[in-house]
Amino acid sequence: MKLGKATREAFGLALAQLGETNPDIVVVDGDVGNSTRTELFGKKFPTRFFNVGIAESNLVSVAAGLASSGKRAWLASFAAFVMCNAYDQLRMSVAFPCLDVKVVGTHAGISIGEDGPSQMGIEDVGLACSLPNFTVIVPADEPSTFRAIEALNKMHTPAYLRAGRPNVPIVYEGDFEFQIGKANQLRAGSDLTIIAYGLMIGPALQAAEELAKTGVQARVLDMHTIKPLDHAAVLAAAKETGRIVVAEEHLLHGGLGSAVAMSVVRQHPVPMRFVGINDTFAESGKPDELLAKYGLTAADIVKAAKAF
Amino acid sequence: MTVRLSLPDLLAKAKVIRRHIVMSTTAAASGHPTSSMSATDIVTALYFGGVMRYDAKNPTAPGRDKFILSKGHAAPLLYAILAEAGYFSTDMLPTLRKIGSPLEGHPNYRRLPGVEASTGSLGQGLSIGVGAALAAKLDNFDARTYVLTGDGEVAEGQIWEAVMSAAKYRLDNLVCIVDQNGFQQTGATTDVLDLRPLVPKFEAFGWFAQEINGHDVNEILIAFDKAKHIKGKPSAIVCRTVKGYPIHQMLASDPNHHGKPLTKDEAVQAYAIIG
Repeated sequence: MKLGKATREAFGLALAQLGETNPDIVVVDGDVGNSTRTELFGKKFPTRFFNVGIAESNLVSVAAGLASSGKRAWLASFAAFVMCNAYDQLRMSVAFPCLDVKVVGTHAGISIGEDGPSQMGIEDVGLACSLPNFTVIVPADEPSTFRAIEALNKMHTPAYLRAGRPNVPIVYEGDFEFQIGKANQLRAGSDLTIIAYGLMIGPALQAAEELAKTGVQARVLDMHTIKPLDHAAVLAAAKETGRIVVAEEHLLHGGLGSAVAMSVVRQHPVPMRFVGINDTFAESGKPDELLAKYGLTAADIVKAAKAF
Repeated sequence: MTVRLSLPDLLAKAKVIRRHIVMSTTAAASGHPTSSMSATDIVTALYFGGVMRYDAKNPTAPGRDKFILSKGHAAPLLYAILAEAGYFSTDMLPTLRKIGSPLEGHPNYRRLPGVEASTGSLGQGLSIGVGAALAAKLDNFDARTYVLTGDGEVAEGQIWEAVMSAAKYRLDNLVCIVDQNGFQQTGATTDVLDLRPLVPKFEAFGWFAQEINGHDVNEILIAFDKAKHIKGKPSAIVCRTVKGYPIHQMLASDPNHHGKPLTKDEAVQAYAIIG
């Protein structure tokens, strides 16, 4: 697969583009705009860009105040900082009053590499899913990030979008459907289903290739929307393939695996396996080394698929 | 539009508000009457002393002034004020804290007209006010935002994050009112975490700050007027108040009386003191 831009870069470009046709969009930054790429918006629209300094609590509530005054607020910081430092503000200032605030957490997962565990958001998706009224999205690549940002802009309720630091392979080429709450099937298969999102889409597709060599045809679903979950796609996977592997660059607790498991148990119980970070913090290292050490490679997905 | 009552009418209105606070919390058998009563004169002056522009019949009108109750536990005060201002009927006040009522224990932005923010987790209201003030500047509205915090509440770090950002953006359309009643949940602020004097702290961050008697309506109105004429910086008004004023002497054995309603007998006594 061809390497595309990082999803954070795609987010920054998409937001700057939206700013041209949406004069009500304002962006609030916690002094990481060059990392989250909101600076692309800030340079184009300086009067609608507010850098409130290294103060995530204030960042979130200021965005809420702008939103309750008729603005369409976007804010971005590292996933670890905005989700963990400002969770009460996300809960009370944004989720509870159900305001039009779009929260973007960049540098998510262990694939940020050398900066180490303090900077790695590995619980952000679970935390975001625990906020009533929030939609939660993790796009897999550059083209789908653009589509996700456009789709979120059409909604007037709160949302969390997770973006990553490294460049990622392009999964979606040419025309494709992107609908919030609707999984995309990237590969057909009837022996088992691999459900993944974000950075793990690449390894999921590779794993499916490997499995095909052994005669196992794996369906691959890009579950880019974690909440609301596409229960119909989960039901079809359970019924038609009988086995499900969920793979995510996130703690096993509270992530997509938990959400899919609840959906499967409620609808059509089938055996499941889970690939994710197992109740631990990671460490500094090269992204590939970390993904291998913490069990987030195509080989780990193949191993899980063979463990049924 | 503004409502500007004469001084005697304003004092009478504050009495009505205080009676509503006692009535609603006693009917609910829970709530924070004393935290509401310390700030009654301040908020009565805001809504009925010609300070704020609002239209109860059009509560989301663009360009309106906003009042954000950051100390959300003083919800009985906010509800009494909004009902008296015509946002909803005073008949709703006895439904405070009852299931199905939009008059929840702490203000809910989605359920009641006139409530500008959902509060109750302390420390967030001033940041929300910064956002509102920034939006007003972007839209070129001559709209002002008033945020009421408690003096215990200013121990929250987020308050000072908001203070710093308001100074950066020269938000002269933002006023932070501190209800300095001297008590917080477990005791006197002087014992828990004494942050006084607050005026030099606000000044150090680039604010214009005043300290006044928060039960003297004349002083309150003068302070709001001064704040309106300050350009290029946000304003803080630190109000020295008495928790439970004017029934504090009745509660002398428990001057804090935090989060406790009056019994029905105490309420009768309180109405007599309020007048």
